[in-house]
Amino acid sequence: MLPDALKESPLAAALETWNPSVVAGGKFDRGELTLEIAREKIVETCQYLKQEQQFIRLSGITAVDWYPEEPRFEVVYHLHSLERNQRVRLKCRVGGDPAEIDSVTGVWRSADWYEREVFDMFGVVFRNHPELRRILMPDNWEGHPLRKDYPVHGYKYSYKDSTG
Amino acid sequence: MSEPAINGEPQAAPRRLALNMGPQHPSTHGVLRLMLELDGETIVKASSEIGYLHTGIEKQCEEKTYQQAVTLTDRIDYLAPLSNNLCYCLAVERLLGLEIPPFAQWMRVLLTEMTRLNSHLVWLGSHALDIGAMTVFLYCFREREDILRIFEMFSGQRMMTSYFRIGGLALEPPRGWQAVVKRFIEAFPSHVDEYEDLLTNNPIWMRRTKGVGRISLEDMLDLGVTGPMLRAAGLKWDTRKAEPYSSYEQFDYEIPTRRESDVYARYQVRIEEMRQSTRIVTQALEGMPAGPWKADAPKVVLPDREKMKTQMEALIHHFKIVTEGFGVPAGEVYQVIESPRGELGYYVVSDGTARPHRVHIHGPSFGNLQALPKMIEGQILADVVSTLGSVDFVLGDVDR
Repeated sequence: MLPDALKESPLAAALETWNPSVVAGGKFDRGELTLEIAREKIVETCQYLKQEQQFIRLSGITAVDWYPEEPRFEVVYHLHSLERNQRVRLKCRVGGDPAEIDSVTGVWRSADWYEREVFDMFGVVFRNHPELRRILMPDNWEGHPLRKDYPVHGYKYSYKDSTG
Repeated sequence: MSEPAINGEPQAAPRRLALNMGPQHPSTHGVLRLMLELDGETIVKASSEIGYLHTGIEKQCEEKTYQQAVTLTDRIDYLAPLSNNLCYCLAVERLLGLEIPPFAQWMRVLLTEMTRLNSHLVWLGSHALDIGAMTVFLYCFREREDILRIFEMFSGQRMMTSYFRIGGLALEPPRGWQAVVKRFIEAFPSHVDEYEDLLTNNPIWMRRTKGVGRISLEDMLDLGVTGPMLRAAGLKWDTRKAEPYSSYEQFDYEIPTRRESDVYARYQVRIEEMRQSTRIVTQALEGMPAGPWKADAPKVVLPDREKMKTQMEALIHHFKIVTEGFGVPAGEVYQVIESPRGELGYYVVSDGTARPHRVHIHGPSFGNLQALPKMIEGQILADVVSTLGSVDFVLGDVDR
């Protein structure tokens, strides 16, 4: 169901007409449109937005960790349409161990590195990604640095006992 | 690999050579590793390995107050620190709903365009040096030095300026800055002519760059490329025009485009961008509005020294901002600006506290580099160097 705040947005309305089960929520805040998408529908939603709504560019994929909430991760997609000069943010809540979501590399090839980065930093697994391995951290690194339960100085060192 | 020929018989199977380029190769401009599969001199397959310069800036931002994190943004794209400062500050200011006075906005435009000149000069110098034109490098760094001196005059720092702060500028612009910037910007177009004299019609330069590193516009959009490379393929898209920020809509300038989408076209686009940036700086200099250089927001912006010494309230504000920072209303913002390399995006998520819950930096070099294999596959090895130069990536921006 579309929240009342989004009834005004033509894009949200178009998505709703196309498939009513896709949009799980959203908001229009500080001039930016955010749509929460059901996790299973992310690939077809992106496909639809790219092909029918001219969102030919994927500006980036990232994630936010809301630990200790569950499901803890929010995977965030920033889409951009040059033709409409418009941006939209898609969000999917994912949880579990490992947290999994379908890869959108089939829709935009640029998603390749973006998803690898999210996997590397958060440990979110992208199903059907052609080569899901670490991109910034060394291959044998332990843990996923941008998780909220990962200490900023890493696991190797502890500053607890140090004085001064 | 098969056995070498013994009787001088040619071998049936083609021999492929795996070549490792970098991470310590001078033309990779930092620490980028390329793995090339060669058939003779032709590149059959290419892939790149990044992450050698990862410093965890996004993680560190979560540990700092909003104002402290400004200094980290300098270190991302170290050739365009002010663009990064600007993008981050704009994002946080939008979260705060803060209004920036016109003088500060124009000053930001002026200095960001100087940053574009600075960045393009380093690009041109090192790009030409890679291909063998050493003189250009020396000329470019001569002008770059002037720009860095101007930055030092404003902020006290040559490179890691941190001159834009949330709410305006870090310091009041120094007395007499107009004359210094004016002297530089009036002379600058003649310097661009000098670079062009050396390169634009130079037969060696043209042979090394024309028709090299071609890639179609569709491929680039699909692979996440932004900035001058798209404009060299004919797409007239510039965030400064499409989604104006910091009063860019009040300036008069053109977006240069070319159609060929090769290394030479990217060179032409960036040279023209330097001329257009010069126009913007000149306009900013001539029409600079009067007014304060920081916003009137006592809970966010540090008070004047004089007030702090005489007014109790200002002293309390100063103490609070310095010790615990300021709370930012919960919400999220994705701010996009046109950095010298393309679309630079900062995604800042606030949970209402004085420290950002998440800062994601989408550097233009990250997307641009992804298209590199597509550009060099099928080319000869020597062209990799000129193609790499034309992408103009900064590894700090890729690895963050």
